[in-house]
Amino acid sequence: MKRFEYVRPASLKEAVAALNMENAHLIAGGMDLVPGMQDNVIPADRLVNLKSVKDAALRGIAETPDGLTIGALTTLTEIAEHPAVMKMYAALSQAAGVVGSPQIRNVGTLGGNLAQRPRCWYFRNEEYDCLKKGGARCFAQDDKADNQYNAILGGGPSYIVHPSNAATALVALNATIHVTGPDGDRDVAADRFFALPRMRLTQETVLDPGEIITSVTLPTPAPGSKSAFVETAEKAAFDWAISGAAVSVTMSGGSVSAARVVLHAVAPIPWRSKDAEAVLVGKSLTEATIKAAGEAALTGAKPLSKNAYKVPLTKAMVRRALVAVV
Amino acid sequence: MAIPWKPASQMTHITKNTTRLDGVVKVTGKAKYAYDMLPDKCLIGRFVTCPHPNARRLSIDTSAAKALPGVKAVWVEGRDIYRFSGDFVAAVAAISDDVADDAVTLIADSITWETLPFVVREDDARQPGAPGAHGGDRSNVREATNENEGDVDAAFADAQAVIEGTWSTQVQTHTSLEPHGMVCEWNDAQDAITVWASTQGVFSVREGIAQAVGLDESKVTVLCDYMGGGFGSKFGSRTEGNVCALLAKDAKQAVKLLLTRKQEQTNTGNRPSSNQWIKAAAKDGKLTAFQTNAFGTGGITGGAGFPTPYLYSVPNRRVKRDDVFINAGNQAAMRAPGHPQGSFAMEGVMDELAYKLGADRIEFRINNDPNATRRAQFRDLAERLDWKNVPKEMNADKGTVKRGWGVGAATWGGGGGGTQAEMDIHQDGSVVVRCGTQDIGTGTRTVVAVVAAEQLSLPIDAIQVNIGNTNFPPSGGSGGSTTCASVAPAIKVTADNALFALFERVADAFDTSPDNLEAFNGSIRTKDDPSNSMSWKDACALLGAEQVSVRGQHEGGLSSSGTAAVCGVELTVDTETGFVRVERAYLIQEAGLIINMLTVESQIIGAVIQGISYALYEDRIMDRMLGHQVNPNMEFYKVLGAPDMPHIEPIMWMTEESLARGVIGIGEPPVVPVAGAVANAVRHACGARVYDLPITPWKVLAALEGANA
Ligand SMILES: Cc1cc2nc3c(=O)[nH]c(=O)nc-3n(C[C@H](O)[C@H](O)[C@H](O)COP(=O)(O)OP(=O)(O)OC[C@H]3O[C@@H](n4cnc5c(N)ncnc54)[C@H](O)[C@@H]3O)c2cc1C
Ligand code: SF4
Repeated sequence: MKRFEYVRPASLKEAVAALNMENAHLIAGGMDLVPGMQDNVIPADRLVNLKSVKDAALRGIAETPDGLTIGALTTLTEIAEHPAVMKMYAALSQAAGVVGSPQIRNVGTLGGNLAQRPRCWYFRNEEYDCLKKGGARCFAQDDKADNQYNAILGGGPSYIVHPSNAATALVALNATIHVTGPDGDRDVAADRFFALPRMRLTQETVLDPGEIITSVTLPTPAPGSKSAFVETAEKAAFDWAISGAAVSVTMSGGSVSAARVVLHAVAPIPWRSKDAEAVLVGKSLTEATIKAAGEAALTGAKPLSKNAYKVPLTKAMVRRALVAVV
Repeated sequence: MAIPWKPASQMTHITKNTTRLDGVVKVTGKAKYAYDMLPDKCLIGRFVTCPHPNARRLSIDTSAAKALPGVKAVWVEGRDIYRFSGDFVAAVAAISDDVADDAVTLIADSITWETLPFVVREDDARQPGAPGAHGGDRSNVREATNENEGDVDAAFADAQAVIEGTWSTQVQTHTSLEPHGMVCEWNDAQDAITVWASTQGVFSVREGIAQAVGLDESKVTVLCDYMGGGFGSKFGSRTEGNVCALLAKDAKQAVKLLLTRKQEQTNTGNRPSSNQWIKAAAKDGKLTAFQTNAFGTGGITGGAGFPTPYLYSVPNRRVKRDDVFINAGNQAAMRAPGHPQGSFAMEGVMDELAYKLGADRIEFRINNDPNATRRAQFRDLAERLDWKNVPKEMNADKGTVKRGWGVGAATWGGGGGGTQAEMDIHQDGSVVVRCGTQDIGTGTRTVVAVVAAEQLSLPIDAIQVNIGNTNFPPSGGSGGSTTCASVAPAIKVTADNALFALFERVADAFDTSPDNLEAFNGSIRTKDDPSNSMSWKDACALLGAEQVSVRGQHEGGLSSSGTAAVCGVELTVDTETGFVRVERAYLIQEAGLIINMLTVESQIIGAVIQGISYALYEDRIMDRMLGHQVNPNMEFYKVLGAPDMPHIEPIMWMTEESLARGVIGIGEPPVVPVAGAVANAVRHACGARVYDLPITPWKVLAALEGANA
């Protein structure tokens, strides 16, 4: 691994200041960052350890009148197993609970999960100087590519899929992401936090240089709300989803009054399908409605040479997520 | 001929359960592997690798690296042609990882390359006009087999059922958890070298290192107390070992050089791929014709052989097979080389023909299997699977998640020879065995203790076992499932010899002749009068300061070769996601005389796991655009993990007849039938056949779409 400088800031202010340099990175659990450095694909000259920051806002899960606030350093295991999360935000608990493996969940944090870099294997191999790394070409979109894991929606000029489980659930749950940075604090709605490659090619979020995720707030669910996250992977653990979906549905008087349908691992960002949501609102969750929502969710899908299977698979994921909230 | 094994019914340890002698030190981390060794002032070795799939090295300049403070030795490969990405080009030894990494970067940056056209997939390599993997005019295709037997065309014309299909298997890498490599300590005072190797054959490492550094074999000591997996890829000193020794000699210091995970994937061998177009026919319940046009790749120079029609008898055969060369790392022997590829296709053929004939899938196999043991095993398997209640037809379940059953079979050689051992019995009653064999994770250390304890009629913990050292009596490499069948007989003979030597020394005290003595349950007694007895300790006390010390070696009659296995799996297929979950696997294995039930079962469990991993997940993927492996890691080179494991039942075939055959090694055969059984169960569950390994969700979905179209 290349040599780097290691900084232990005591406050968020110091952390922000320490990030004011090219190739400076926050490190939280390190589950994503360190392997990327070892593989020579994430250039790092300075690591800023977020864990040395004392600020209480970064830690723990607190119930407030507006909902539930989760610090950025909270581990995925803590989130998955928290009683209030399990009860009111099932999609997040389920999404966090199936990340990687127990070891990864015990160390990986919410902030790191949201800000993690893509897993596209051209990105992760140093031999491939692709667009995401500032190179001239997207390898995944080539017909000769092995793009079975890449995007079917929202792609171009990069075709990554966003890897974060938590991200998909947070968009479905209409969460707010709290950020601090050189210009002070700001709040970003989860469905505006992730950036398509055509907006920002070499990063996956709207974070500006030096910005830090401090916490996330989940609004108190409306009465009659339920949510769910489902995914499918090749292996039962230590693997990445090849497709998935998170849904959040509010029922009133037997029909859907509000819905969010978010597709996982099929687009460069958690892919909110307003078409599918429109199919659901005003209807009861019958088999036919659920099926129609699944179909609608994949409108506009443009598979690459080897990932057309994701279209029927993702329809099934949407159906299963909806069945889980019936 | 040796004194035969005593009947299994009279055995105390052999055929029973003995926990691994080194189980505790392994799980607590006290067991030190080559990877853990760090002698005093040890340097760190690192390789510079080729960044192109096919290239000529025009120049290399190591002066900047050599000038870097802390760099102690540099090695440069003499060749200037490199035929795969990741090939070793140069190496350094330095005082720390960081300095070694810096030196590697300096050397890598100094090289000028001329890149050459490349081809990394066997389909591409076979096209007319494809770039030559070897450059120039040399063809990428070499005919390997062309056999004709009987009259295939007549048999097809006369058949009741004919099937045709193209089965294919991926390249599988060994993915040993402990990387390849060594720690070499140069002893300048004696011009000698000590090597801690992660190896399947300490003596072959000694031979290789002695040649590489120009020392007499007497000056080379190779040690391997524990090793973390080889599966056939860790024989001889290999490039990484030779380079480590050369760097150590050059630096006159210890050097540790173990490969990275990426290098493990690209440089240490693999199971070749296969692509098998097959047409086969049957009549009156018997296979009548088999024709195949096949090819596979073993990398840049390696062959890709596999047996078909494998273990079933077919009178009329036409078999054509080519080796295809691509710009990728070479194959190496891997757990039952060739057999899983042949078995996967042939078991598919058997099921397809059975369906077409309307025959029972197990009965059809029994009808066509020349091996009586396996026929009996198939009947036993049918009982265990409750076969009479398994639906005859495919796709019997109506829901989205469908259940299926599949079977497969294996044959293997095994067998033993060549091992020697030494045993000392001391006046305090302690017993020491020395044998140069290595324990590659199969439990060989425990086997030595079990056999010695059995023959001496002592408890297991009375035996001190020393193995994995070239200063001990020689034993062959651990390959071909031959270790147990080589070592166990050698230990038996040695223990018998030691016991007789002890009897000769103590017979006077019993007032009898040595042949009238026997060891019984921790004592020595006379055969004709069991009351004339002395405890083991008291008898040994008569020896005085000079211990009994004898040698022995493997003798005929104590081991055999040739073994049979069958496998049955039960699984579910989620027809909406393509997800396959293997729920249960049975593996019935003949192993002759079983030395230790626990470690033989452990071999079977491990093999079934590796077989399922091959069937469903593992795949070395070479990128056609730039020619590198895109998944040289354990994230995207997917290996089955704990939650993917089914319930596995290892079943040892323990007929009296089989036990009487002596020891037969079985490290390899149980991996063979698994992939075929899994693929057959997927087909049975959902009606769609995936012809291509691994059986991923997208291939299942595509096959279902094809089946429903
Ligand atoms: C084998 C494997 C499988 C995995 N499977 C999954 C999976 O299925 N689903 C999934 O979602 N993830 C998966 N992960 C990915 C991931 O590593 C974890 O989910 C984890 O949450 C990352 O958190 P971390 O704290 O370790 O991040 P780090 O590695 O510390 O950081 C990751 C990135 O986020 C930045 N960062 C960290 N904290 C903040 C912050 N507060 N504000 C701004 N930026 C920040 C860092 O600078 C870095 O760029 C997997 C990882 C592995 C190795
Ligand atoms: S999809 Fe994105 S990360 Fe992958 S090769 Fe294309 S540009 Fe690079």
